[in-house]
Amino acid sequence: MHMADALISPAVGGAMWAVSGGLIAYSAKKVREEADDRKVPLMGVLGAFIFAAQMINFSIPATGSSGHLGGGMILSILLGPYAGFLTLASVLTIQALFFADGGLLALGCNMLNMGFFTCFIAYPLIHRRIAGNSTDGKRIMTAALLAGVAGLQLGAFAVVIETLASGISELPFRTFVLLMQPIHLAIGLVEGTVTAGIATLVMNARPEILATAGQEAPAGVSVKKTLLTFGAAAALAAGALSWFASADPDGLEWSMLKTSGKEELESGGRLHGLLDSVQKRTAFLPDYNFRKAETAGPGAGQAWPAVDKGTSAAGLIGGLLTLLLAWIAGLALRRRGVKSLSRYNRP
Amino acid sequence: MNSVAAKSFDLGTMDALAAGNTPLHRLDARAKLLATILFIVTVVSFEKYSVSALMPFVLYPVFLIAAGDLPAGYILKKALWVSPFALSVGIFNPLLDRRIILNLGEFGISGGWLSLTSILIRFALTVSAALALVALTGVNAICEALMKWGVPRPFAVQLLFLNRFLSVLAGEAGRMTRARALRGFRKRKMGIGTFVQIAGHLLLRAVDRAERVYRAMLCRGFDGRIRLAGDSHIGGREVFFVTAWGALFALFRLTNLPVELGYLLTRIIE
Amino acid sequence: MNRPIIEAKELCYTYPDGTAALKDISFRIAQGGSVALVGENGAGKSSLLQHFTGCLLPSAGTLSIKGTMVEGKNLKAVRRAVGMLFQNPDDQLFMPTVFDDVAFGLLNTGTPENELETRVMEALGTVGAAHLRARPPYRLSQGEKRAVAIAGVLAMGPDILVMDEPTSGLDPGSRRRLIRLLKTFGHTKVIATHDMDFALETCERAMVIHRGRISADGPARVIFSDKALLERASLEPPRGYGPTGCP
Repeated sequence: MHMADALISPAVGGAMWAVSGGLIAYSAKKVREEADDRKVPLMGVLGAFIFAAQMINFSIPATGSSGHLGGGMILSILLGPYAGFLTLASVLTIQALFFADGGLLALGCNMLNMGFFTCFIAYPLIHRRIAGNSTDGKRIMTAALLAGVAGLQLGAFAVVIETLASGISELPFRTFVLLMQPIHLAIGLVEGTVTAGIATLVMNARPEILATAGQEAPAGVSVKKTLLTFGAAAALAAGALSWFASADPDGLEWSMLKTSGKEELESGGRLHGLLDSVQKRTAFLPDYNFRKAETAGPGAGQAWPAVDKGTSAAGLIGGLLTLLLAWIAGLALRRRGVKSLSRYNRP
Repeated sequence: MNSVAAKSFDLGTMDALAAGNTPLHRLDARAKLLATILFIVTVVSFEKYSVSALMPFVLYPVFLIAAGDLPAGYILKKALWVSPFALSVGIFNPLLDRRIILNLGEFGISGGWLSLTSILIRFALTVSAALALVALTGVNAICEALMKWGVPRPFAVQLLFLNRFLSVLAGEAGRMTRARALRGFRKRKMGIGTFVQIAGHLLLRAVDRAERVYRAMLCRGFDGRIRLAGDSHIGGREVFFVTAWGALFALFRLTNLPVELGYLLTRIIE
Repeated sequence: MNRPIIEAKELCYTYPDGTAALKDISFRIAQGGSVALVGENGAGKSSLLQHFTGCLLPSAGTLSIKGTMVEGKNLKAVRRAVGMLFQNPDDQLFMPTVFDDVAFGLLNTGTPENELETRVMEALGTVGAAHLRARPPYRLSQGEKRAVAIAGVLAMGPDILVMDEPTSGLDPGSRRRLIRLLKTFGHTKVIATHDMDFALETCERAMVIHRGRISADGPARVIFSDKALLERASLEPPRGYGPTGCP
């Protein structure tokens, strides 16, 4: 699932870097606040463990293909979401640097796709809620499977959106999604199984490792709030993408999108317009619409018909940013109520 | 050599390359990092049908590899190894985009083939530049450069520690897989169950190791903050490196030199 | 002896799961003394060593270093006085380069930047590893790692050196270099080891630990020639001793 630089545009790469960078900064702050000195060497060694474990290929039953461990889930279980995210981000960075497994510009995307959805969504909202501190193997397995599938589905979907927003690949939304999601469903099941297996092994051999790990309260967003926000963001994204679809000569047969898409387009339009003007003013990348730059290249090609790429991509990015903002807002709201388990209490 | 051993060897090779001593190696990591980032962003900013305009950019990775005394074949092989993802997505382009964009005499080349070629070129450029960067600089120097640029300390320290223990853990993983392979006569490939056992025990040992390292850190006064002795500096050479390449990249981006060259040649011929 | 630099009085330690690791350990070590701690695996050597740096605190009894009790509030002072060499140098070298690792302790105790270079290079010079300063630790041989780990400990200027199996994994050449190095040190030394010949060459005194207790404490030469005693503790005399028990 590691994205390469060749398939993304600077806008998408830069935007995802901004998001991931923010997540890293935020996680670093939380880890520092938690002030658990033990975590410093532990994160390093566990990161190396994930890296090493990923080098080991194993065969998936009934398919004969080989799989390998992703790691986001087990890291979150052992370290909590913040340290887990930092550790996974560091693993992805080293993979990109040493093995060119994922591009440097795309690293921000990869941290989001493989780190954010596992550590900050799948783990706290699914795994932790179902498994909690339970020692029941079955419960852990169920939790890990669901969380693994969810995390990977979200990540895979994000890959689709990022690739589409970049406009380098010609794959239409529907085809890409139909390719990515089923494959990553299988990968998610494998990830969940392996995570559950390892967690159970650790629990039976050295329960104190898991006991100390689960101390800190994860970002406690209410499930309903998150699902609603995510649903809205997804609908927004889908609505924007339906613009692409309507330009595709084959057309999409998703009646659901066509009908609900219309309403979303209304509000979407306002949001897109707002974001577009914000974008023009902040201009996080100088000449954003590179398509307009005169390139005397062999055929400047026809601009993607019907839609101004700038605003649609802005809409997608806006959707993801909305989700992030909602999550942060949820955090801020929740923190007042939850008793902090860390040694340093925030006012 | 099993997969773990092969990858460990690879890590070792990249490391050994970074210990080289060419003037390019001695250049401050920040300059090399910045130039490479500019390179990647510029290459990736071209619109999807660009092919000839990308050509001049080959100069940068070629320069890095040549001036840095790096083994070109090794770098290209590594790049090839990771090409499947880009290829598997890009390969659809010729199928889906069949509009004829370019006419070469009687041949019409569809947009799809052009964009696929563009993808492959971008891929080769960005990956080779990134690999060359790491082979010239090493992870430690890159991390220290990042820290100076304000990357959050816990993350930069994490990268350093991860890098430090990578070979140790990889070594352990390699030994465990080799031991299993020697005992598994009929099953060539490892099943999930065995993997869980190996990974699980690797994990327990990792946690124990982390405990010992923590104790060693405490014994030498660790108080939660990792401090590094800084000794790199930005000089004239670094500034020149970045501005010169930056200017070149801008030139290549804004003009299509190969096409100009082509016009020039055809005019001369006529 | 006048004020011993290390003094243990009926020191006991029990692990959290209830296993008693050390029982009624008492001894005094004078400044400059060199003590070999010998015993079978699981006898309690490592547990005792960890008390010297305050990584473990006594469950009962006391341990004092340079007159300071080893307890929570004194750990900083104790750790400045005691330098510990771990059994596995990979656990001890965790910084990106050799220079960074040796400087680690110095930076933590607030050594100013201008002094850093001199003190680090001095320590590296003592162990003969000055040429390794820019090397990452994972590219060092076992002997080199050991040397750098020692440098890292020396740089902090401790009065007492505590070592856990320092010769394990060393080839004969590195081992010989280590012996020569230790003979030049004036620090108080406590060395846990299975390498009886090494113990004999570097330490004047030996304490035998058996099942958590000190079963013998005296001059190394005497203890190591007492075959019966050694056998009871599941040990063997140094190979340097001939069949008669004399070197």
